[in-house]
Amino acid sequence: MTQEAGRTDEALIAAVGADPRYIELVARRARLGWWLSAIIFAAFVGYLALIAFDKALLGMPIGDGVTSIGIPIGLGLILLAIALTGLYVAYANRHHDAQMAAILKDHGA
Amino acid sequence: MRARLAGALAPVLALMPAPAFAAALEGEAQRQPINWVAIAMFVAFVGLTLWITKAAAARTRTASDFYTAGGGISGFQNGLAMAGDYMSAASFLGISAQIFTDGYDGLIYSTGFLVGWPILLFLMAERLRNLGRFTFADVASYRFAQPPVRSFAAISTLLVVSFYLIAQMVGAGQLIKLLFGLPYAVAVVIVGALMMLYVLFGGMRATTWVQIIKAVLLLGGASFMALMVLAQFGFSLEALFARAVEVKSAAAQAAGATPVEAAAKGRAIMAPGGFIKDPVSAISFGLALMLGTAGLPHILMRFFTVPDAKEARKSVLWATGWIGYFYILTFIIGFGAIILVGTDAGYKMADGTLRGGGNMAAIHLAHAVGGNAFLGFISAVAFATILAVVAGLTLSAASAVSHDLYATVLKQGRANSADELRVSRITTLALGALAVLLGLVFEKQNVAFMVSLAFALAASGNFPVLILSLLWSGCTTRGAAWGGTIGLLTAFVLTLLSPAVWTTTFGLGLAPFPYSSAAIFSVPAGFIAIWLISRLDRSPRAAVDEAGYPAQRVRAETGIGAFAASDH
Repeated sequence: MTQEAGRTDEALIAAVGADPRYIELVARRARLGWWLSAIIFAAFVGYLALIAFDKALLGMPIGDGVTSIGIPIGLGLILLAIALTGLYVAYANRHHDAQMAAILKDHGA
Repeated sequence: MRARLAGALAPVLALMPAPAFAAALEGEAQRQPINWVAIAMFVAFVGLTLWITKAAAARTRTASDFYTAGGGISGFQNGLAMAGDYMSAASFLGISAQIFTDGYDGLIYSTGFLVGWPILLFLMAERLRNLGRFTFADVASYRFAQPPVRSFAAISTLLVVSFYLIAQMVGAGQLIKLLFGLPYAVAVVIVGALMMLYVLFGGMRATTWVQIIKAVLLLGGASFMALMVLAQFGFSLEALFARAVEVKSAAAQAAGATPVEAAAKGRAIMAPGGFIKDPVSAISFGLALMLGTAGLPHILMRFFTVPDAKEARKSVLWATGWIGYFYILTFIIGFGAIILVGTDAGYKMADGTLRGGGNMAAIHLAHAVGGNAFLGFISAVAFATILAVVAGLTLSAASAVSHDLYATVLKQGRANSADELRVSRITTLALGALAVLLGLVFEKQNVAFMVSLAFALAASGNFPVLILSLLWSGCTTRGAAWGGTIGLLTAFVLTLLSPAVWTTTFGLGLAPFPYSSAAIFSVPAGFIAIWLISRLDRSPRAAVDEAGYPAQRVRAETGIGAFAASDH
């Protein structure tokens, strides 16, 4: 447990919780999380809806080949999942962590 | 696989999230000649993992070592272990078999299994690590009265794990009969015994390494197969697909179709088939897979093995990356099998079906691209895969009993580490024995619904409780414990009333609940019940619960006071 400079966790938590920079950062982080969740959720449910309602569309060949447009869409969904997690981790590592560390440092944590 | 099922049920059953079980457990697995190469490779794998278990046992002294490997696993290692925990033999053999038969449809499973991971990261991963210590109940009950919420979480864990475990045991028995030529009972006993050894002596440290080694072997083997397939087509997916369409058309024509029909049948593998007919089942199935992933106790437990939130985040990125890559490989392997296995009479029986049953497509492809030695390797990896999954499941159930029920509810936090460890080891033994027993009892049953039930329970009970306890200040003890229970029960009862159980398993005629997956009803039921019960909760405890939210939130967001890696 972190109990430095004679401060209890509880006092520290109250101080950090009241810091406007903390409130702002947490709100921004939550917004990012919800937006990204909404994107992957909508993409997947949309994909299922396409399968349920318009299979023929997914089976349409691309150009003169046999590859259907369902292939890049399905594989694209897999890549989207990986890309969004990568985006979130990169953003959190680059921005969130540093800002949170700075706020905690100011409160002597 | 689907040709064998009653026509009306086919699309519904095909929606189940474990196609391999659907087929492997229908009793179509034929015992094969004893495969010595596979057995030798498997013995080598077991030897290596037991040696690791011995090393881990020497370092497993405290409860923290046992449950979370002392919290010293890196994000990269944990990501691999999560992937190893998640990539089951069902997804490897089942999805490639599905593609071998129907082409495109296999890809739908793959996407469903993957999309839960990003959501787990965006909404939960960091907060889980900051609040939790050994089990997800630590997080779910953080600001609540311990006994009710812990009891709920422990019961939910035991239910989810039991259903998943039975399916794995039965699948293991069938697969080993198939791959190694060993009798079913021998196979089930070997799996049960090894799983107990890993967990009893090595705890989370050994389990983690079993999962990592298995993940590396499976990813390596699948990469090799996909590469060998692509190399034959100049690394052009278009050429691969074109040849697969030709093969399917030729097969249809040989079976008596007119040239026009045959061409249509060939092209059909590039589009979704009869797989998802009604939109309700489609969305429900998607919800169960997506949200269930974020509620599986053995997956959630892996978040406590890393030192901090940053490593927890990296774990999910690595896990998502490896699992996604694996599913892309599986897609190529399935199409490769259409061409290399589907056109080779040597892999077929006289009636044109695959030797060894529908799930053997990837195994035969291993032989086609790498000969007998590689066939043995892939068979051994498939077995190793099951061991890694059952060890993780057992550990999470043992933790729920020893840490949540025994130490927290029964001893009210005053149990010492040695007693807690003893209880988890006794639980492991009991669970191992029970798993073997149930594996033998269910040998002839179609237990595919058990996997889908495990996902539905996790999505309807654990997921709503976690999300609302983490993100909603108004959630109370009563709301979490009873609302979560209502979510679980709804999923359970609706699954019992669904066609897969009511009609197929028990033969009771037309099912009262017409859809294959309960999630579209039971997930909202869980959320609404927690919300409503919390809202109506006027107990003194409710005020304490709500007052505890701000402090919980700051800890969850910042990691202040999080259990450190070295904390015992």
